[in-house]
Formats: sequence, C-alpha cells, structure tokens
Amino acid sequence: MATTSKDLRAPQDVTSGEDPRLIRRYPEWERLTHWGVAIAYIFLFLSGLAMFHPFFFWTASLFGGGQLMRILHPFIGVVLVLLFYPYAAQLWRDNVMTPTDWKWTRHAFQYMNKRYETPPDTGKYNGGQKLMYWSMVVVIAVLLTTGVLMWQPYFAPAFSSTTRKAAAILHAISAFIMFVGIGIHIYAGYWTKGSFRAMTRGTVTRAWARLHYPAWYRRMTDESASQDRR
Amino acid sequence: MALQSLDIKARSASTFTPPSARKTLEVAKLIDVSRCIGCKACQAACMEWNDLREPVGVNEGFYTNPPDLTDQTWNLMRFYEEQIEGSLQWLILKDQCMHCADPGCLKACPSPGAIVQYSNGIVDFHEEDCIGCGYCISGCPFNIPRLRKEDSKVYKCTLCSDRVSVGLEPACIKACPTQALSFGSKEDMVIQANHRLEDLHERGFAKAAVYDPQGVGGTHVVYVLPHGDPELYRLPRKPEIGPLLSVWRSWFSRSLGVFTMFAVVVAGVFHYMKVGPLEEPKDDEPTPPGRRPGKEA
Repeated sequence: MATTSKDLRAPQDVTSGEDPRLIRRYPEWERLTHWGVAIAYIFLFLSGLAMFHPFFFWTASLFGGGQLMRILHPFIGVVLVLLFYPYAAQLWRDNVMTPTDWKWTRHAFQYMNKRYETPPDTGKYNGGQKLMYWSMVVVIAVLLTTGVLMWQPYFAPAFSSTTRKAAAILHAISAFIMFVGIGIHIYAGYWTKGSFRAMTRGTVTRAWARLHYPAWYRRMTDESASQDRR
Repeated sequence: MALQSLDIKARSASTFTPPSARKTLEVAKLIDVSRCIGCKACQAACMEWNDLREPVGVNEGFYTNPPDLTDQTWNLMRFYEEQIEGSLQWLILKDQCMHCADPGCLKACPSPGAIVQYSNGIVDFHEEDCIGCGYCISGCPFNIPRLRKEDSKVYKCTLCSDRVSVGLEPACIKACPTQALSFGSKEDMVIQANHRLEDLHERGFAKAAVYDPQGVGGTHVVYVLPHGDPELYRLPRKPEIGPLLSVWRSWFSRSLGVFTMFAVVVAGVFHYMKVGPLEEPKDDEPTPPGRRPGKEA
C-alpha cells in the first residue's frame, strides 16, 4: 500500500467544501490503519493493566470478566501487530534519523516550551516523531515475542517457567515504555493544534506545514518536483 | 476449594488486608518416604474424595501412572530407579502441592481471590475466579498446578481444605495403610519427622533428612527422605520464589510503574495549563513569526 498519486490527489478532487489550498498529509489507508492500531492499543492497555496491577483489575469487566479479557488480550495483540508492521513498513524511509533530526531532539525542551526561535529544517517527521517510530517498532516486536512465550494455553507450555517469567518482566517493561511513548504521542498531537486534523481528515494548512515541517512543505509545494511528493 | 472467609491469611491480587481476627492451628502433612510401600491408596483416595477421574491412558513402561500430574490427578505416586551406594534403590515419591508458607503461585496470580492461603497454611485455588493465564504455573517452584485445556482453569491438591475445615484429615492420610502419612499441627509433624529421622539414622540411613524447605518459608507438606538428597526424589534442593518472580510480581515496582503512568498523564495536564497549546498559525501568512525559512538545512 505505497502512497500512490491517487492518494495524493489535490483535496478538491476528493472532497467538496474543503479549502483547496490544504495540503494532503496522510492518505486514507494511512489514517484508517493508524486508528485501527490506536483502537487495538486502547483495548490492549485496558486489558493488560488488569493483569499488571490489582488496582486496575476492574478493567476486566469491560471485556466481559477476567477470563474473557485474558483470552482476548493476545488476539487483540496479534491484530495490532498485523496492522502496525505493514503500516510501519511503508513509513520507514521517511523516518530515517538525519543530523537535522538529532538537532531537533537537542532542542526538544525548548520546543515544548514554545521557545523555538530557529527550528531545524524538518522533513515530513521531526526527530521526536522518528524516535517514537523506531521505539514502537522495537517495543511492539518485544511485546509480540514475549507475549507469545506466555500465551496460554497455546504456546506457553512449550517454554520453561524461567523463560515465561523473564518474558513477563520484559512484556511489562515494554508495555510501560509503550504507554509513556503513546502518552507523549497523543499529548503532542493534542497540544500541536492542527495535528489532530491531519490524522482525522488527512489535510493540513499551508501555514501549519511551513511552521512544523518546512522541508516537507517545500517538497509538497514545489511544482517542478511533483513526482516526489509524500 | 472450600470458602472459609474468616480464615484467610493471604489472597491473590488483592488491595486489601484479609480479616485476621481469628487464628487457626497451622497444619501439615508428614510423608515418611521410608514407610511408603507405593500402594497408591492415597492416589486413589484423592481421586475418590475429590471425585476426579483420569481418562484411561497408555502404559509407558513404568509404574508411575498417569505419567504426570494432571487436572484430574492432584496426587501422583512417582517411582524412580536409582543406583545409591552401589545398590539399586526403588524410590517412591508422593507428589502433590507442598502448600508453601510463601506461595509463588499466589504471588504470581493476577486475579483477585483466585488463590488464597488459609491461616492454617493451606494454599487453595478458587477456580471460579481463575482466568487461565497460567502465571501460577510459572510461579510454582515445584511444578504442581495444571491447566485444564477444556475450561482454562488451573487445578491442584487442596490438602482437602474442605475436610480439614470440618476437623477431618485429608483423604490421602485416611487411606494410607502403613502410617507413611500423618496429619496434624505443623509443630507436631516437625517433631514427629525428627523422631523418624533419628530412627532412620540408627538403622544406617546416615544421610536421611527432613524436607521442609525454608527457601519458600517452609512447607505444609513435610517429607522424611531416607536417602537425604532431595534431587534423588526429583524434588528441588533449594526451592525458592526466586529473583525473576520477585521482580515480576513486586508490589513496589508495579505500583511505581502505575504511579509513573499516572504522572505522565498529570504532567501533560499541567504542561498544557502552563505553556498552552501550540496554536495553528493563520494560513497564508508569508512567513510565520519566529521563522526564517531556508536558514537551516
């Protein structure tokens, strides 16, 4: 599902009533997959927390009780993996860290406090987003592997109790990292006005693109390089 | 799986302290392996009292039958042939839950109340609350709990908590014809075990030992092992909860994790209140404030 020219039709081709000057940022398949992953993530966290700490065992009732919750959790995990990796595979090229991105990460604290006088010439994603991308690629792989190792009754009996205990610890640590990462991700999207619209409707304003992703903005608006748009 | 709500000492995955006004006598089962003749009366009595029926299996060429503990066999007589000091010994071990004072299964269990420890020391599974995650199996240092595939519930010896709660001894004790099995207070059973030990030493079993492993806080099933070394009987030498389970189910680390997750959410709220959102700039301004395009590359 590579980004095709069809995905990047000018907005006026696909919608009516939308400002024709809007720039397409996320094509339809990308938005749908993103929200599919997001829903799976919410279900996974609610059910996982129930098994992690008794303080949250009540979340099991959202899944029809403890036993059904325990049965569903790994299957939802597989759904997340099946959605996430094909999605991530389409995005890796845009997420390779460049010196500009490392510069962005060094100024992340200033960015957070809106003291951002000379922002780096960021491409489609900034350094923080790229690090988020790679950490999710790693963390979800660890969650999948360790989750399979303790998946009752299908796979867990094949592994030693030491392996299963170690897997459970790694699973919890990775889930914790994922919670913090996704928490930052959600907040950053809420805090940076205009971002939520990008992932719900697919389009962003020109000024938004110029402010946050100047290099990407130039690529998207450069008429001579229209083949290279993404 | 009897419910004695006033006599619970520890309850799995619970955020409250169980009622502790009433104290009951700490009990124990003593298994004197030197007196055991391997008749399996205890195994049959266990199935009969608990109304369990192991399906007819296949003879795998040795006397242990069925070959392993299952959800239908909570008490299994195991038979081993060992060369000990030059002679062949036929070792018999009655294998069942050890009812640890510090139970790894209970520590591992994520379902509130699915595993309880009574004040008399019995560790009991309440299968109606079991969610089938198998954490108790990973947590057990003796490899005792068995997950039943058909219902995804875990089963093991209850030390006949239902019988003990009304003043009866466990079914296996009642069935034993050679007094290899005894049941009473933990204190009495340890004294009796040491008497048997002296006797065995006099009879030439110099290495004979009592098995009441302290790594799990002592157990409510105590063995007298005539040949001493627990590994000869396939019992772990130093069973313990171990560092992995301690880290995994640590109240401190898990609560710290939950606290940190709350803190992330709270930090977001305060950041928003202090700094305010990064507003979307008005469209079509030639250069947004603070932006000098083309300066960085």
